Amino acid sequence: MKAIVCVKQVPDTSGVVAVKEDGTMDRSKMATITNHDDLAAVEAALELKDDTGCEVIVVSMGPPPAEGMLRELLAMGADKAVLVSAREFGGSDTYATSQILAAAVNKIGVDDDDVVFCGRQAIDGDTAQVGPQIAEKLNLPQITYAADIKKDGNKITVKRLLEDGHMMLTVETPCLITCVQELNKPRYMTLDGITSCYSKPYEVFDFETLKNEPLIDPDTIGLQGSPTNVYKSFSPPPKGGGIMLEGNDQKTCDQLANMLNEKHII
Amino acid sequence: MAFDSRDTAAFSGIWVFCEQRGGEIQTISHQLLSEGRKLANDLGTDLCGVVLGSGVDKDEIKKLGGYGADKIYNLDHELLKDYTTDGYAKALCDLIEDKKPEVVLIGATNIGRDLAPRCAARTHTGLTADCTHLDIDVEKYKAFLKSVSTLDVDNMEFENNTNLKMTRPAFGGHLMATIICPRFRPQMSTVRPGVMETQEFDQAGADKVVIEDCAVALAPEDIHVKIESIEKAARKLVDLIGADVIVSVGRGISKDPEKGKAIAQDLADVLGGVVGASRAAVDSGFITQDHQVGQTGKTVHPSIYIALGISGAIQHKAGMQDSECIIAVNKNPDAPIFDVASYGIVGDLFQVAPMLTESIKNILDAK
Repeated sequence: MKAIVCVKQVPDTSGVVAVKEDGTMDRSKMATITNHDDLAAVEAALELKDDTGCEVIVVSMGPPPAEGMLRELLAMGADKAVLVSAREFGGSDTYATSQILAAAVNKIGVDDDDVVFCGRQAIDGDTAQVGPQIAEKLNLPQITYAADIKKDGNKITVKRLLEDGHMMLTVETPCLITCVQELNKPRYMTLDGITSCYSKPYEVFDFETLKNEPLIDPDTIGLQGSPTNVYKSFSPPPKGGGIMLEGNDQKTCDQLANMLNEKHII
Repeated sequence: MAFDSRDTAAFSGIWVFCEQRGGEIQTISHQLLSEGRKLANDLGTDLCGVVLGSGVDKDEIKKLGGYGADKIYNLDHELLKDYTTDGYAKALCDLIEDKKPEVVLIGATNIGRDLAPRCAARTHTGLTADCTHLDIDVEKYKAFLKSVSTLDVDNMEFENNTNLKMTRPAFGGHLMATIICPRFRPQMSTVRPGVMETQEFDQAGADKVVIEDCAVALAPEDIHVKIESIEKAARKLVDLIGADVIVSVGRGISKDPEKGKAIAQDLADVLGGVVGASRAAVDSGFITQDHQVGQTGKTVHPSIYIALGISGAIQHKAGMQDSECIIAVNKNPDAPIFDVASYGIVGDLFQVAPMLTESIKNILDAK
């Protein structure tokens, strides 16, 4: 039995956000972190390992520096890491990305008692599309927005969040589950993990490794092949132009209420 | 004829997935139909709603015509009563492959965002997530760009075509991107709830809408995930997304969180609004997570957003800066929240907020 976890390294948008002149994000100037929801997915897999002793494999698509993140996940307790990295994969949209990741997961192999975990969405793109699209390409049942996961043999019970409540769902392995941050609190790396993370199995899947995989269609990967393209991008102009009121007493509040009234805001 | 998503000329019509829960058509459907109507007019094509359910009230379905639909495809099957990925994806994809719509709009709800990617992957087309603005007409798109960006629109090149231009925030709102899907059809998009304006209900449209009942080929073995139960939250969760006025509290209420919340609630009540919160207030345990506004919570754009004792971390600003009118009250004159505020008062929320409630109440009472 295996738990395969798809993980993304993302720019830390809570820190300095650098935008280039052409309106695109300058990733080289920004710190990187492991995407929050993906860490929850890793923790869910490690909890499964605590219970069942299953193997945990972390997979990430990204540039070579993503190795650092994968080593950290190995230090948390993952058993094996795969970096999917090639120039041909760069600029992929969610359709293309999910195709490539599905091919990588398929190459690792999904057995009858395996579970694939993803984070719900990444904080840079916020699409929440790659998880379900990997499931579709692998022909696996999916459960998204998992806030609680219980496994009993091949049967998995998941609490799936809705805006106005939740659903309790059951599914049999193999399946794909996308996790939200509320699911758990990711563990820290252990000292033992840190000393061993460079001796654990680590593989790179490049274009050569994956190009003949049945799930790969070379015409629909990368920047050129992606179905969706960026038409224009821009930074929203700074709001500015606000009014700072003088004082903070009843008179100030009356003045504000009057302005709101005059502008038909209230 | 076989379905080929690259044969773009074979596709026509604009579709809206009309989400229902417990047989009740969700308001996002009305928002999307209203928006879809404008796009259909620009393209000179039909607007169709698609309802998947079991025994959904026909009168409710007819009402969709009052929000702009020319036609409704009604997919009624006992296995479509409640949402399952497998059942809904199969029924919707079968219909897409049969009828070949040019555009499919789906609400970016926890259901829509589960369904749409699965369908886009299956029909081999692109999908743009969580859009906040849609255009087909190039001139309208240029006017939109002029109003929201500092781009030199008049000196930019725009290819004149009828691709759907789907604009969405990325990187927590630091960047806006307009996405197109030029080579594949349908062009699919999930649209953020609460963004598109609902048109006034038009009885004539409801009277003349055509409802087409469609056959659904679905068997129990098609569905691999079983619903054990659907539970509505016991405590009514706060509806931040649908709120027109939000009064949010931050770490500033820490000296007396209960009083701080009560003050915010009083102000919200006067304006008919709800209480939101910053992540700091949620993490400190002052208020439950459903109130959280910001990147890891919800993105809101009410008419009035009042921030009480919120410093304005970048994620919080990303979640509320598109509000029409932002009022900030903070003790710290350098708090970043003032950068996005329409009106700012430097002061203690425990003193200022009750006075503001009083001032607004006086004005409203006099009306």
